[in-house]
Amino acid sequence: MANLLFYLFAALTVGFALAVVFNKNTVNAALCLLLSLIGVAGIFALLDALLLSVLLILVYAGAVVALFLFIVMLLNPQAVPQKPYKKISMAAGAIAAALLGLGIWSLVAHGQLSTAPATADFEAGLKDYGAKLFTTYLLPVEVVGFLLLVAMLGVIVLSKKFEVQEDGK
Amino acid sequence: MTIGLNEFLILSALLFAVGFFGVLVRKNTLVIYMCLELMLVASTIALGAFSRFNGILDGNVFVFFILTVAAAEVAVGLAIIVALFRKRGTVQVEELNALKN
Repeated sequence: MANLLFYLFAALTVGFALAVVFNKNTVNAALCLLLSLIGVAGIFALLDALLLSVLLILVYAGAVVALFLFIVMLLNPQAVPQKPYKKISMAAGAIAAALLGLGIWSLVAHGQLSTAPATADFEAGLKDYGAKLFTTYLLPVEVVGFLLLVAMLGVIVLSKKFEVQEDGK
Repeated sequence: MTIGLNEFLILSALLFAVGFFGVLVRKNTLVIYMCLELMLVASTIALGAFSRFNGILDGNVFVFFILTVAAAEVAVGLAIIVALFRKRGTVQVEELNALKN
């Protein structure tokens, strides 16, 4: 059952990731990204990280994809005529993806990764996360909080119009 | 055949390869950014899998931090794209050639 679910979510993830890459329409690409991220959330649920699975849906599907859709609506890139892919970039992309694929094949064929099954006693409840975050990782939590503040200020500064200054000089 | 660490790592690498291909091939800055997000998520799958198969929670806490940083990063990146569009009137990368020559 878990095997079937893994292959289902893996197919969902990779299939819709390919759809993001090959979709001409930006809005459709954003919605395919959403479905791909839901697949990733399923993978995290299979890894017994239920909190991360829920957070992935909340943060990525709820905030990031919605932000992407807003920006697409704001910029309206459909107004720019879509040109086909450049041959040189297509060739470079295909070669790069082929190299990565070769790496994966090499990992499968000659990899030294352990095939041991996952440990049974894996505690990943809210309590365990809280204990980790407020003892071992207290400083990173503070830093990340400050980072969020900096990002918020940065976004405000970036989206502000500076025309008054330019006209004044 | 049971699902082990290998399968998760292969899935992570595949997703990373797809995102990488998209970054190289696409010309729309917004879609390039979406492909960057795919690559970021692919790396978190590897972290989560290592954490689960080692039986320790630290990898999952790292994924937690990566999610937070990714949210901040998306907000700033999209603001930069909007500023770029205001300044240059396009989001196609081949038209953003101000630094050429």
